[in-house]
Amino acid sequence: MIREVNSLDLLYLIMAARWTLALTAMAFVGGGLLGMIVLLLRVVPLRPLRWLAMGWIQAIQGTPLLAQLFVFFFGFAIFGYRVSPWVAAGVAFSIYASAFFAEIWRGCVEAVPRQQWEASAALGLGFGQQLRYVIVPQAFRISIPPTVGFLVQLVKNTSLASVIGFVELTREGQITTGATFRPFLVYGIVALLYFLICFPLSQWSQHLERRLNVAHSH
Amino acid sequence: MIYTFSFRDVFAQFDTLLNGAVLTLQLSAITMVAGLVIGIVGALARSWGPLPVRLTAATYVEAIRNTPLLIQLFIVFFGLPGMGLRLDATPAAVAALSINLGAYATEIIRAGIQAIHKSQVEAGLALGLSRLQVFRYVVLFPALKVIYPALASQFILLMLATSVVSQISVPELFHTASVLQSRTFRDFEVYIVAAGMYLAMALIFRLAFALIHRWVFQR
Amino acid sequence: MSLIRIEHVTKRFGELTVLDDVSLSVNAGDIVAVIGRSGSGKSTMLRCINALEAIQGGRIVVGDTVVNDPATDLRKLRQQVGIVFQSYNLFPHLSVAQNIMLAPTVVKKVPQAEARRLAEEVLARVGLSEKIDTYPDKLSGGQQQRVAIARSLAMQPKLMLFDEITSALDPELIGEVLKVLESLAKQGMTMMLVTHEMGFARNVANRVVFMHKGKVWEEGPAKETLSRPRTQELESFLGSVLH
Repeated sequence: MIREVNSLDLLYLIMAARWTLALTAMAFVGGGLLGMIVLLLRVVPLRPLRWLAMGWIQAIQGTPLLAQLFVFFFGFAIFGYRVSPWVAAGVAFSIYASAFFAEIWRGCVEAVPRQQWEASAALGLGFGQQLRYVIVPQAFRISIPPTVGFLVQLVKNTSLASVIGFVELTREGQITTGATFRPFLVYGIVALLYFLICFPLSQWSQHLERRLNVAHSH
Repeated sequence: MIYTFSFRDVFAQFDTLLNGAVLTLQLSAITMVAGLVIGIVGALARSWGPLPVRLTAATYVEAIRNTPLLIQLFIVFFGLPGMGLRLDATPAAVAALSINLGAYATEIIRAGIQAIHKSQVEAGLALGLSRLQVFRYVVLFPALKVIYPALASQFILLMLATSVVSQISVPELFHTASVLQSRTFRDFEVYIVAAGMYLAMALIFRLAFALIHRWVFQR
Repeated sequence: MSLIRIEHVTKRFGELTVLDDVSLSVNAGDIVAVIGRSGSGKSTMLRCINALEAIQGGRIVVGDTVVNDPATDLRKLRQQVGIVFQSYNLFPHLSVAQNIMLAPTVVKKVPQAEARRLAEEVLARVGLSEKIDTYPDKLSGGQQQRVAIARSLAMQPKLMLFDEITSALDPELIGEVLKVLESLAKQGMTMMLVTHEMGFARNVANRVVFMHKGKVWEEGPAKETLSRPRTQELESFLGSVLH
């Protein structure tokens, strides 16, 4: 039975957006922690560990997110674990994010000018002290715009979780379209909701980037 | 339950997967060209157009970049028929992918144009060239050289993103893998092999772009 | 008593030999001006002294420490050798006070209050007391360079190296930096400066070292060497620099 799109649908869609945000947050935290580990492995003097990290990053950045989602979704089942779409999606997205965070943050550390290393070494600071007092504070500042930018990517990518049955905004949109047969309207609203989440974040990221460039040019 | 990995079933159907991969490559190629054209037009519009044109282009870019590709795809394939425009799956996929890539390409190319110093443009204008001629002869090539790495990355991302069009049953690699999975029930292996094929394509793309860079920009 | 001994040092960058059997010694209280064309090896030699560059042959000794010995504690060495760079290299995320106090508090474990007093003292020596809590991006090039000098002074080094510290400055800002260098010299600091400022070399330095093609080509007392060059290369260098 086809029904009209009503305000209840709009409410359900907005509620579903919560799960989009929740999954994004999980991926951000999980991916961030994992990403720092991958980043460390990427730069340690031990070659096998570096290769492990590089392989990890290449595999994740060189394959579609959908494929990774499916591999995890079916992979868990194989090893005998029955996992909810939450766990499957959370793990898959965290692993996906970790590769990108590792590369973004590595780039930010490398963006700190070499002379900062020299100046702090010349003052007698040891490696750990250089990182803690001089390099990481600057790298952190540099990393905020691209990290926020990637956050926007994460929000959009959660739409793919719908394919493995995770009920977030996109899936709710599919369900509502199935009930009302008004795809243009429903997906239009869905698009608008994503836009309302992502656009402020994108603008913030650009604002941060402009501020960073001004501060660094003298 | 002991699960025995068996890639043999998957490899027996390898040519099916290969056909899917070919379509993936075709989709990517067409989209790259279309997206690049849209990008150049968009970048020109945003940089040098009159205000209404600039605003339209900016709206297009922000709308696309802040919404998921999957939703854009659904709007084109499921939504447009209601507006009177009914497309088959594959043309709809190409349209959605091109519109999507076009927005990212617009921003990348715009950054490249802005990277060309104003004095170059002024020199061209002072010689009597029109704005369009200045763009074509003075700005375009150096700008492309500057943005080449970013553009190449975006193209590889696009190739991987074509997997999304599997959701409207376009028979590219990912869809082919899904079909195979439902036939052989070798879920895990199928997607591992498919992922491997994507990885191989990504690496080949990267190599190809590096070679093109050397051929075009280092003479 | 020699504070720095550079003995038959060779340094290569890949195929290029940048320092070719260089020997030099600097005594306590010396003010040595190192001059020469670009590429002559002057900056490299300076950077080898506090091990920012590694050498392939010879020996460098600072005080009792052999710099190029792999067993040497470089951090200890660098506490005794101050260096100021052409591009000042202040830490942009820290205020002037924090820039100066960082190394003393973190490396020498000086308590905060004492470090602050130390910062005030060295800033007074370079004439920038009022800028103590300002951030580097609000300072002119000359002021940043003076803060960089103060930052090195705060570690109370035995000697100070200056790598073309006025080359990146606008002409009207050079004077204030040279004044600081002059007062440091008067206070008895041992200094080695790579510089293009011939006036400074003639009036403040007591020794001049002219480097050419990676070798110490000519050296001697400042005034004498600069007004009566013994080699043709130094003469033509001075001719091109002093027009």
